[in-house]
Amino acid sequence: MWQAIQQNKIKSVILIISMGILLVMLGAAIGGSVTGSQDGILGGVFLAGLAWFFLTVLAVLEGKNILLSLSGAREVSHDDAPQLYNIVEEMRIAAALPATPKVFIIESRAPNAFAVGTPSNAAVAVTTGLLSVLSRDELQGVIAHEIGHVKNQDSRFMTLAGIMLGVIVVLADVYTRSMFYGGMGSRRSSSSSRDGGGNQLQLILFVIAIVLAILAPILANLLYFACSRSREYLADASAAIFTRYPEGLASALEKISRSTIPLESANRVTAPMYIINPLNKASGNAVFSLFSTHPPTEERIKILRTMASGAGLGEYNKAYASLKGGNIAGGSDLRSAEELELRGIKREQPAFDRKQQTRDANDILLRVNKFNFIDCACGLRIKVPPMFSAKSVNCPRCGAKHEI
Amino acid sequence: MSGAVLGIMAMVFIGIVVVIGLWFLMTYNGLVALRNQVKNAWAQIDVQLKRRHDLIPNIVETVKGYAKHESGTFEAVVKARAAAVQASGVAAQAKAEGELSGVLSRLMAVAEAYPDLKANQNFLALQEELSSTENKIAFSRQAYNDQVMIYNTRIQVIPSNIVANIGGFTAMDLFELKDEAQRQAPSVKF
Repeated sequence: MWQAIQQNKIKSVILIISMGILLVMLGAAIGGSVTGSQDGILGGVFLAGLAWFFLTVLAVLEGKNILLSLSGAREVSHDDAPQLYNIVEEMRIAAALPATPKVFIIESRAPNAFAVGTPSNAAVAVTTGLLSVLSRDELQGVIAHEIGHVKNQDSRFMTLAGIMLGVIVVLADVYTRSMFYGGMGSRRSSSSSRDGGGNQLQLILFVIAIVLAILAPILANLLYFACSRSREYLADASAAIFTRYPEGLASALEKISRSTIPLESANRVTAPMYIINPLNKASGNAVFSLFSTHPPTEERIKILRTMASGAGLGEYNKAYASLKGGNIAGGSDLRSAEELELRGIKREQPAFDRKQQTRDANDILLRVNKFNFIDCACGLRIKVPPMFSAKSVNCPRCGAKHEI
Repeated sequence: MSGAVLGIMAMVFIGIVVVIGLWFLMTYNGLVALRNQVKNAWAQIDVQLKRRHDLIPNIVETVKGYAKHESGTFEAVVKARAAAVQASGVAAQAKAEGELSGVLSRLMAVAEAYPDLKANQNFLALQEELSSTENKIAFSRQAYNDQVMIYNTRIQVIPSNIVANIGGFTAMDLFELKDEAQRQAPSVKF
């Protein structure tokens, strides 16, 4: 794992430096073309340097929160979602992280999950759809996979890369779109005024738009390459080590990949962070899989299920080699390479009730939204919205009066 | 001439002593760091064991409300809990906690026979807390045992065992819950 952490640190430094060079070059080009003088170029470079500095600071300090709010994630406490919170704590202990990651929930029927942040300041986000389709052991496998990303510091790098590259991708998208629509509008207005200076500025802005339009998809693909597929295998292997139960993650992956519901809040920037690529299902073309950040899910499941005699990295590597040949990169020094005993299913599994679990997942959202839960003696649970102003409420089934 | 040879020999001797001294210091500090990691891992288990001790009275009270005739099981749980709270030292604590796990699983098996109890929200919440705490105990035990293995190996192998002997580092016990009570399947009495 040390090797994987080291690689992520090196990648982070390379990312920050190359972003600086790119921004300074852009600044020089824009500054030069706007003013056409030496001072203009210097000014552009200075402003770009400033932008780079603030972008880096922003990505390091606020990256986690920005990505979470971009995904529409809401924080939950132990009281809101006891089981989810407990599972995160269990995996924190198994992975020996210095602090318990914060837990977030995303309102979507698409089952998916991701993690952001550093080992001492991480966050794990899951969708309500995930909670409604997975059993406890499966959810544990998914959380273990995410904690594996945190432990290997993949999440730290992805947070940094997501913000730094993502800002440009998003800006370019917005800019080119506004140029397309705004440009047509202003052409109409400029035809009435015929201002020469305005035309020159428009030409420059148009050139910037073209440059950004070319740059944005390249950067987006860079983001995909940055988080290589081997990291997903390594996180799967970590999940097996933490839980000592690879079948949990395997059957979770099976369930998640079977779902065809798209995740509305995912976009090109946040997509590589998820446990299963949320955009893959929507597009589903062959070109996409070439740039895919995630290895084929069927392969990941098969490897996990081949781990018959142990939960250590050695066993995972053996399974990987028997199916694909070779070893997974970055994990050769994992200390737990020795064989680890697999955990049998000790406790009896409660009957899986999808309807009940969907209801529970939605209750978590209601609790986050400060709904009041009142259990009536007749067995009915009354959910009172926070804007409800009356002092008491009558049970709709038995009519009993409840104080709020 | 012999004076010069003596001087060189003295320098070499001093050099060797300094190198050995430095090695001794580094090894000693390394062992202290390892021992602290083991203690930290133990503290993690301790937190979870305490949490389990705190949960048990609540669970017993809740089950009692529905299953009044199981007083034998309740007494066994309360007794095992008291023994576990009293126990000190890794080996004794492991034994007491193992027995507690055994009677607890018997209590939960008893609860299975009461549908009203199983539908109780409070009981379901407590059940989730208890099973999660058991998981946390298992996972922190996993982390503790890994750490103890590293530490024990370090103080037994040559040459760091010399430093360990002089510094008074002793082998630590593994935390094994696998005793008879744990291995037996919970017997359900009706």
